[in-house]
Amino acid sequence: MRPPASLSLSPRWAPYVLISPFLVLFLVFGVGPLLFSLFLAFQTWEPTAGLQAMEYVGLGNFAFALQDEWFWKSLGNTGWLAVASGVPQHLVAIPLAVFIHTSFKHLRDGVIGAYFLPYITSTVAIAILFSSLFSTDYGLVNVGLGALFGGEPIDWLGAPENIKPAIAMIVFWRYVGFNVVLYLAALQTIPKDLYEAATMDGAGRLQQFFYITLPSLKPMIFFGVTLSVIGGLQLFEEPFILTGGRGGSDQAGMTTAIYLYRMAFDFNDFGAASAMSWLLFLVVALLTWLTNRAFAPRKGSA
Amino acid sequence: MNGHRLAPWAAYAFVGAGALVMLAPFYFMFVFATHSRTEIFSLPPPLFFGDDFFANLQILTEKLPFWRNLGWSVYVALASTALTLLFCSMGGYAFALFEFRYKAPLFALVMATLLLPTFMNMIPTFMIMDALGWIDQPRALYIPGAASAFGIFLMRQFVMSSIPKDLIEAARMDGCSELGIYWRIVLPLLKPALGTLGLITFIASWNNFIGPLIVMRSPEMYTLPLALRSLQSPVNTEWGALMTGSAIATVPLLVLFALSSRQLISGLTSGAVK
Repeated sequence: MRPPASLSLSPRWAPYVLISPFLVLFLVFGVGPLLFSLFLAFQTWEPTAGLQAMEYVGLGNFAFALQDEWFWKSLGNTGWLAVASGVPQHLVAIPLAVFIHTSFKHLRDGVIGAYFLPYITSTVAIAILFSSLFSTDYGLVNVGLGALFGGEPIDWLGAPENIKPAIAMIVFWRYVGFNVVLYLAALQTIPKDLYEAATMDGAGRLQQFFYITLPSLKPMIFFGVTLSVIGGLQLFEEPFILTGGRGGSDQAGMTTAIYLYRMAFDFNDFGAASAMSWLLFLVVALLTWLTNRAFAPRKGSA
Repeated sequence: MNGHRLAPWAAYAFVGAGALVMLAPFYFMFVFATHSRTEIFSLPPPLFFGDDFFANLQILTEKLPFWRNLGWSVYVALASTALTLLFCSMGGYAFALFEFRYKAPLFALVMATLLLPTFMNMIPTFMIMDALGWIDQPRALYIPGAASAFGIFLMRQFVMSSIPKDLIEAARMDGCSELGIYWRIVLPLLKPALGTLGLITFIASWNNFIGPLIVMRSPEMYTLPLALRSLQSPVNTEWGALMTGSAIATVPLLVLFALSSRQLISGLTSGAVK
């Protein structure tokens, strides 16, 4: 089959032809919406009123967001969840990766697979399952806790103080394996003779972990923590399913992503929702930069 | 290698217990899928398989246009995969082996969107789809998805590392047309990367919730995750049926993972590991 003559042009034009389908979609559905949402953040608009009903309000939407109690509450929830689900992932993933790296040979792929499986699974299906596991009277979590420790069943999804830990546990479960794989990849790049030399010098296993393994993992810890922070601040699906799409009692499970969704689609204020999305974006960018500074390897080390 | 053999048995116990925690929810999803609502919510909850799977499926098909929802999930995932593979292999090849105007800034822009949070596009995407009249249209899901920054990244990496420029030059000398080179030489050589990107795209589309949540309004057009979520209600949720639906939504993922876990894991972590 011969391509049409107009397309069998010189190599000079070929890249433009090759890239244009991607580029058109990228501009229309990727960059375009982004610029449009920046524009929208300075307008007041309700979808029922039609596009011509937009009105410029300057920084009004941003002022509204910054004075909105629920917006701050959602930011607090999101930050809490990002830290409480993110940090333990790394504290557990690093020793797991070290154990798998040093002690598993034949079962290695199977074990890695088991830890990675939650990452590719449907968040909605899993969140639905967990909302039954966390049910107060008949959920397996409480049945298990009761059998082990006794005591009153915990109202995981109803009581405001419990819903965030429940969400954090699901997020931890889902992403810890992803981090294990990252750390395993990093562990493979540490030269073995470092450990051999340390053993000759009489360094114990714990010393080797703290003086060789951990410093060598530093760049990957930086990457992993940055990814967890960016991911944690975007949390939407797990809390959305667990709280029936409304944020839970006392809005205790309402992340900022859920709130800006509700601001647009439940409360019909698209301008304020756009302003909030840009404010949250600033927070994500700022925290990414800070994590970068805190964890980036300094000159001379790593 | 023997760097830190922290008592191997402790290591086995720690890793093994963790693996059980990772797998247990899947087990209970399938167990619950075979039990009725009253059985799931009784003490003690069921720990082994029951025989209510088909009864649950019956409820599911009464409460939802379940087979249609399943069909849309398959259709959107396949269309999205096909378009992404085509457009990203073309674009990745162009970024890897051609020089053109604004190439560097354009690539930087594409890569910058890789880190862009999904919530940024939620509202404007709805407005664009509304303006285009694509609300309740499956193409609102698979067409934007084809502009995958990750796909471009993966394809460009693979072309750069495995397709020599001399090969392209030689084909050009032999009089092969530019699109012929792409179709007959580059595409066949890209097979492993196409497999990885195809799997990742299919799974992402299959699991996509925010996309359909924003553009699908009528239950007949829902994809599976959205349909399952619509069964949840503050009172009288049909938990048995919901578990059956969740299990059905999970089976294809388990099959794909069983067949290609190595490829999937290395593909999904390639952005962070490289």
